[in-house]
Formats: sequence, C-alpha cells, structure tokens
Amino acid sequence: MRALLFQGLDWRWLVEQAVMFLMPEIMLAAFACLLLILDVGWRATERRWAAYLALGGIGASAATLAQTSLNLRGHEALGFYEMYVLDSFAIVFKVIFLVTAALAIALSIKFLDIEREQRGEYYALILFATVGMMFMASGMDLLAIFISFELAAISVYVLVAYFKGDRKSNEGALKYFLLGIFSSGIFLYGVSLLYGVTGETNLQKIASALAAEQTPGFLAILAMVFIVAGLFFKVAAVPFHMWAPDAYEGAPSSVTAFMSVGSKAAAFAIFARIFVYGLPSLRGTTSLENLGWMALIGAVSALTMTWGNLAAITQANAKRLMAYSSISHAGFLLLGLVAGNRTGYIGLVIYLFVYVFMNLGAWGAIIALRRGGIAGDRVEDFNGLIHTNPLMAVLMTIFLISLAGIPPTAGFLGKYFLFAGLIETGNRWLAALAVIAVINTAVSLYYYARFIKAMFMGPILEPTPLALTPLMRTALVMAALMVLVVGIYPPPWVDFSRIAAEQLMQATREAIAAF
Amino acid sequence: MSPGRLADAHLLSIITWLPVLGALILIFFFHRERKQAIRLFANVWAIVSFLPSLLLLAYDRRLGGIQFIEDVEWIPQIGARYQLGVDGISVVLVLLTTLIGVIAVACSWGFIQERVKEYYVVLLLLQTGIIGVFVSMDMFLFYVFWEVMLVPMYFLIGVWGSENRLYAAIKFFIYTLFGSVVMLLAILKLYFIFPDYLKQPEVQQAVLQAARFISGENEPMYRMIESALHLGMQGKGTFNIMAMQALGTARLGGGPIIPLSLQMWLFAGFFLSFAIKVPMFPFHTWLPDAHTEAPTAGSVILAGILLKLGTYGFVRFNLPIFPDASRDPRVVQVMAFLAIMGIVYGALVAMAQRDWKRLVAYSSISHMGMIMLGIFAFNPSALHGAVLQMINHGISTSALFLIVGVVYERHHTRMINDYRGLSHVMPGFAAVFMIMMMSSIGLPMLNGFIGEFLILRGVFEENRLWAAFAATGIVLGAGYMLWLYQRTMYGEVKEDNRHLPDLYPREWAYFLPLVILAFWIGIYPKPFLSYFERPVAVVVEQVRPGYARGLLERAEGGQPLSLPAFHSREASSVGPRPTGHEHER
Repeated sequence: MRALLFQGLDWRWLVEQAVMFLMPEIMLAAFACLLLILDVGWRATERRWAAYLALGGIGASAATLAQTSLNLRGHEALGFYEMYVLDSFAIVFKVIFLVTAALAIALSIKFLDIEREQRGEYYALILFATVGMMFMASGMDLLAIFISFELAAISVYVLVAYFKGDRKSNEGALKYFLLGIFSSGIFLYGVSLLYGVTGETNLQKIASALAAEQTPGFLAILAMVFIVAGLFFKVAAVPFHMWAPDAYEGAPSSVTAFMSVGSKAAAFAIFARIFVYGLPSLRGTTSLENLGWMALIGAVSALTMTWGNLAAITQANAKRLMAYSSISHAGFLLLGLVAGNRTGYIGLVIYLFVYVFMNLGAWGAIIALRRGGIAGDRVEDFNGLIHTNPLMAVLMTIFLISLAGIPPTAGFLGKYFLFAGLIETGNRWLAALAVIAVINTAVSLYYYARFIKAMFMGPILEPTPLALTPLMRTALVMAALMVLVVGIYPPPWVDFSRIAAEQLMQATREAIAAF
Repeated sequence: MSPGRLADAHLLSIITWLPVLGALILIFFFHRERKQAIRLFANVWAIVSFLPSLLLLAYDRRLGGIQFIEDVEWIPQIGARYQLGVDGISVVLVLLTTLIGVIAVACSWGFIQERVKEYYVVLLLLQTGIIGVFVSMDMFLFYVFWEVMLVPMYFLIGVWGSENRLYAAIKFFIYTLFGSVVMLLAILKLYFIFPDYLKQPEVQQAVLQAARFISGENEPMYRMIESALHLGMQGKGTFNIMAMQALGTARLGGGPIIPLSLQMWLFAGFFLSFAIKVPMFPFHTWLPDAHTEAPTAGSVILAGILLKLGTYGFVRFNLPIFPDASRDPRVVQVMAFLAIMGIVYGALVAMAQRDWKRLVAYSSISHMGMIMLGIFAFNPSALHGAVLQMINHGISTSALFLIVGVVYERHHTRMINDYRGLSHVMPGFAAVFMIMMMSSIGLPMLNGFIGEFLILRGVFEENRLWAAFAATGIVLGAGYMLWLYQRTMYGEVKEDNRHLPDLYPREWAYFLPLVILAFWIGIYPKPFLSYFERPVAVVVEQVRPGYARGLLERAEGGQPLSLPAFHSREASSVGPRPTGHEHER
C-alpha cells in the first residue's frame, strides 16, 4: 500500500483517478457549493431557482455517471488505494440515489413555499446527502464507508431540523441526531474490533483474513454483532427503530420523503457491501451450532416486519403511520440478505428501486395535502380526495397498492423476488420466515387501506385545492407510471437489478472459493 | 394475418381484455356527469364483451384438453409467460362470467346513482380479473389475476355497499389476500422443485408420458407442456400449470415424484387460498358480511362467479398436481368433514336469518359445501355434478341476489319482516322468485336437481354417511327457502308493500336468460355436461389412476387411452402411442 504521506503523493495520479471515478460526485458537490454561493445573492422570490439548479446538478451528475459506467463496460474498478470501488452494484445504487434526490426536490418546492422556508441551503443539503450516499455505495473500506456515511447522515440531521421554529422538527432532529451518533459509535466500535482482529479495514482483505481462520474467534463475532447493531439503527430495524417515528413525524414531510427512501437505500447498500464482501465467513447457517449474521438478521427481519406492521395499524397520524410502514419495509428488505442467493439479491435491489417510486409517491401525496390551514398529516385529511382531486386519489391508490405488494404493481414484483429467494434456499426455517413475511403482507394491507378508505369512502372535506405544481404533478404521474410499468413489464428492470445482484453473487462465490 | 385469423388466434386475449378496454374508454372519453351515456355505454360494452366469449363454444369436446392456446414470453428471467388456454371446465365458467357480467351491469342501471362512472370502471376491471383467472395457464399470471381482482371488488363493496360496507370490504380484502399470499409461497416452492426433479432422466420419461396422457390427442397442448418440461430439464423454472399437473400425475415405480409429505404442505398452501375463496366452513366468516353489504351487482358477481374461483382452483391445482395428498384418507376425511359442516351449518344459520340477503348469503355456504363434497368424492359422477353445480349455483344464487336487489330498490329494506304478500302486488316477480327458489332447492326439471343428483349419486358411491348428511342439507335448504317464500310472498299484503311495482322490462330482460338456462340445464343438461366430460374424466384419472378409464374411452370414441406407468414399471417402457411428434428422450 502506498503511504499516504504528503511528499509521496502523486498528484497527477490522484487527479486521474478522481476524473475516472468521481465525476458524478464532484458534479453534485460542485453544484451544491455553487448553490450556497448564489443563494446569498438571490431575493426571496428568486429562491426557487435553487431547486432548478439542484435538479440541473443531478442531471449533470447522472450524465457523467452514464459516461463513467459506459467506460467501465461492466467491469469493476478499484481506486484510491482500493478504498473506492466502481462496480455495477455501486452504479445501480447511485442511479437509485439520484432518482430519489430528483423526485424529492421536485416534491419540495411548493411545500417550502407554503412553509415560507424556501432557502438554497435546503437543496444544497440534499445534494450533499446524496453525495454521501453515492460514496457509501462505492465504499470498499470500512473507514471510507464510515466517513461517507457521516457526510450523508449529518446533512440529513440538519434537514430534519430544517424548520427552526417548529418544536416537533427540533425534537425529531435531536432524537435522530443523538441516536444516530450513538449508533455510529457502536458501528465504529465494531469496525475497530474488526481491525484489531484482522489488521485490515479493507473489506476484501478482512474477508480473506477471516477466512484464513478455521473457526471465527470471539472478537470477530463480537465485532460483527456491533456492526450489525449499528446498521440496524441506520435502517430502523426493531429493536433499534425507536428514533424513526419521531424523526419522520417531526421532520418536514419533504425531508421525510427523502430520508425514508434515500438514507434507507444507502444503509442497505453498505449493509449488503459489508456483509457480503467483508464478512461472508461469519454468515453461518440456520443450524444451532453454526449461527451467524444470517440467523441474526433473519430473526430481526421477522421482528421488524411484524412490529412495524402492528404499530402502524394503531397510528392516527399519517406521517407516523408511514414511518412504521417504512420500518416494516426494512424488515422485508433484510430478507434479501438472509436468502443470500441471486434471487434474494435481485429482490433487495429491485425492491429498493421500486420503493423509491412508491414511497416517494405516497409521501408526495402527504406533502400535497399540506396547504392553506391544513397540516395534512392525519389520515382523515385524505377524506373525500376522490371528489376534490381525483387524479391525486388515483395516484395515491396506485402507490398504496404497490406498497401493499398487490399485482400488477411494482411492489408485488419486489416482494415476489424476496419471497422467492427465501423459498429457493429450500431451508425450512427460511420458509417459515417467508410465511411470516407473507402474513405481514396481508396485515400491512389493513393500514394502507385506511388511506384508500378515507380517500374514496370518507366524507367530503371542503374543497381546498391541493398544493400541486405542474412539476410536482409530473413527478408523481411519472412515479405512478413507473410503479405500473415495472409491475406489468418487468424484464428490463429485473435486468437492471440483476447486474447489481450478480456483483454480490460474485463476491459470495469468491468467498466460498476462499474457504 | 387477416383480421379474422388474428381474432381466432387471440380469442382469449380479446375476451379477457375487452372489459379493460371499455373501462379505459369510460375513463378517458366520458364526463362523469353524463350518467345516462355512461350507463348506456357500459351496458352495450358488457354485451360486446359477452359476444366473443360465445365463440368459445367451438371448443372441440371430443379432443378435450387445453385449447385456444396463446403463448407469449413475459418475464424471461423467471420463466413466467403470458399463456392462456381453456379446457371444457373453464369454457363454461368463462361463459358464466361474461353472462353474469352483462347481468351485473344491467341490474345496476337504476340502483347506482352516485359515482356512476367509477362504478362501471370498477365493474369492468373486475370482469377482466375474473376471466383472467379462468384462462391463465401460467401460475404467475394466474396469481396476478387472482390478486388483481381483489382491488375492484374491495372498491365495489366499500364505496357502493350498504351501511356496514367499510367493515365488510376490508374484511373481504384481508381475508382473501391472506389466503392468496400463502398460495404464492406454495407456487414458489413448486416452481423451484420443478427443475430439480426434471433433471433426473427417469423422471423426464415418466413426466413426458404423463403429459401425453393429460393432453391426449391435443397436439398444441402437448407441445405447450413439452416446451415447459424442456425448460425444467435445462434446470430452468416454469410456471406452466399443465406441466405441474404432468409432474404431479407422473408415477415412478408406482409412487409419486413429489414425496407425499411435501405434497401435503403444498396442498395446504393452495388449500388455504381456495378454501377461503369457496368459502369452506371455518373460513367462511367474510362471506355473509361481504355478500350482504355489497351492492346487488357486487353480490351477484361474488356469489355467481367469485366463489367458483375457489372450487375451480381445487379442480385445476389441488387434485391434479397433488393427487397423492388429495386422496390421502386424512385429507379426504378433513375435507369431507369441512364440506358437510358447511352444508349443514350454512343451512341452519340461513334458517335463522331475518335479513333476506344474509339468508341467501348463508345458503351459498351450504351449496358450496355440496360442491366441495362432490369434488372430494373423486368419481366422475360427483365431479360432473360439482362442475355443473358451479354453473347452477352461479345461475340460481345470482338470480336470488337479483331478486333481493329488486325489492331493495323499491322498498329500501332487506328485512324479511318488512315484506308480506308480495305475490299479490308483484305476480311476475313472485313467479321468477318461485322458479329460482325451486332451482336453488333442487326441484326436478330445474338445473339444481341435476347437479345435486349427480353429486349425491357420486358421493353415495364413496360413503353413504356423507351422502346422508349432504341430503340433510337439501332438506334444510328446502326448509329455509320455502319458509322465506311463504313469509314474503304469501299472506295478507303489508300496507307499505301495496304500491311496489312489478318487474320492469329491463328487469325481465336480465332475469329471462337465467330462467331459460335454469330450465335448459334442468331438462336437457347434455350439451353442458359434454363440455367438461373429458376434462373431468382426466382429472379423476389423475387423482385415481385407472378409475375413469371407461369414461375416457367413451369420450375418446372407443380409443383406449391410459397411462401405463401408473400400474407397472415395465409397462412404462412401452411408451405412448406414436404420434409423429418427436420424443427424443
């Protein structure tokens, strides 16, 4: 390894690497900085331009990402002392983050106008968070992962507290911040233990060092438990989920929309990266003598799905309900890691991909309800939406049906692959887990149907027009179309997810070969 | 390809998707305030979607098997295909669906006054979902249709139902969704074990023979199964229902290929989904609420068609794919017990009802129990009766719900006590009610008699005790129906009933086809029976090898057809008759 000393640093080499790998991230970061500078000079009425500039930044980033991935032609490339990897897994996740950021910004503009909080730093923070997430997807080294994770997390902490005058926003942000820092500490402790055991922070080197031992030592297992606990915090899995409802409820709805999708997808990206690349030898089986992270995650996933669903049923606040729903979705997503085969990984990726559209879409409806005098965060606020705004009611129904996993929507496809992955293993414990999962699917319908009930069967509210801009309407219609298109004609999207899944499969195969 | 040929090749797609097309036209071309135009269009479109289904009558009954096959790639990554096809059983069920569809649309003309546009859109979407279930030959596609149809039904009950509609709608939705997601796991398991078994050469041989047996001389069907089996041999999965049937039917050394214990689990997975849909006795609690609260058209579709999806599922999936689990004495006893419980319990509870519609709803539980008993008697007579009874129940119970709808529309109450002496003020109505009530009871000359007679005859062959219990159900059925008729039609006319008008021409129009069908099936059922004679014989032969051979020979026109491997290992080397089709393994 080349020493990172100043005199030994080859600047040209570094710049070459940066141009080769980092252009998408550089673009985003540059636009974010530009935003912060320009925002100072803009008058209040011109502040909207920040949003369009941010969207432009995302476009530029997407273009360079396309360029970079075309150059790679499906190969994977390691850079920066093997800390940074650009493979199909990373690229697929970067696409997911960019789409999330773009949709979240499109949904935010009008909302911030209504709240009189239109400021450039909001969009800059979203871009910075996205940069952090994109680095997370590419992290091959535990330290790189940790640092990029903190970049994303700190941006989101600030975003949650964005409504300075709002008590709930502050409360949620403080809870989120304290517990987030706490979980980062736990995660970091696990990383340091792992470094102590293996002497490495690079995931692949950790994997080979761990594989060299016949039986994993106590410290390695302890490290794994700490890392998994830290990540459970990040994805809001039971019993580490308590921060989520408060943070989701307190945060501005547009921020919740962004973090419930983006932060979650990013956390799952490093979840998959760390465990499939770094700790394959600690995977274990379902037999009692050989338990590992697979059994641990499996148990937590069953708990998460069930607890998230049961708690969601009793909520009256739409934002809290969606928070618990998002907790239960985290439980479903963990199934992909538990299955640990191609089908399961495809399920993980495609579920995250469609989750972007269906969850952001549902949050978009909640955001649109925030209008003159109506907070729009109770389920009753949806009452009679079919009369006042039929388009919105139909779109919301599509998103909800997809969240419940009913065909022909994309949500069903995601659930299909996750369940199929479990069944494919042929393991009876995992089959039992699949049974728990499908029962939860049926239960989740109950609370999603509450929205549908309110919209179609509830009494008509006085028709205050929804806060919908043409941009927002376009974004929501596109999201709904994606939900339907992915559900009705899945082949291209399955392929899209499969290239990421193949990468994980390859890592799994290499790990098996190393044994 | 000329338009006519194109229509022939895609007949099933046309039948399936026409209602959706109508719904789209309604959404995009009709303003929601133009209620009359919307009603007219929906009625015309329902008839337009009914007409092509009549072409299904061209189904070749002598050939049997799956016909009108369509096969297009859909999701190659998992081997799911857009495969459609119908056998004789689905032909009659599709026809029933499209016919009931017309009636359901027609009977909503005056009843639905609010949100008319959405109503017809939902009704048409529901129609496509149901037809799709009957014509899917791919389990993935089947599952998609199976769940899709829940959504419009939920809206139908929840938006246009009566007082307690919200509770009934969500109960229906969650109950049936719960069953179907468990079925999804069973489908997945089947999907993953399929290539595992098909890798073994001796299994390949046996399964190909079974495929030949199932398809008889139906070459297109055989090719469809064969291509699915080839996928399995290459280690890829398939969702083809008929290939799964071939796997389930094939024997290796007299034993099943899928071990009995696994069959039991998978049987249970499918069972849960179908039993909830039928509904069988302990899973029936959603039905009275849903049927009672739904608008008339919803009840008609629920009772007339939706319940048949459950029994259809048993005949299409459980029996042929898991024959060993199906005929396992423990399973048969449980099924017969639940069916008999349904018959007797449903009838007794129906007798105690004060709500007219609820009474009809409970009578459905009783009748569906009878059909289930017929299915699990595993002999041609009972199974014929069961399939015919599916049609009969569709006709008579739909009519009974329409009858409740007629009086509800006039008097806005469903309580039996609010009506008395209607035969004096509504004689035409009383006559139709009389016919349909008798059809439901099973009076000779009417359709119900034929179905119940065939079922009882078959059940009697298997177990006299079951037959005795089932007969009790018929007696009880006569009891609650006649009592209902007596309370509402006879006696002195109630004061506020005096001004109820008799049937309007529009109502006559939709009762008439049902009355005609009731008499037709009751007097000359042969045309109907002939459609599913061969499919039923094949199903019986799949569950009970050797049992229905005689019937198959008759259906085949004297050519014996059987599955040699069923009986002895040696015989399997003889192979099926040479057909000119390649048989490389």
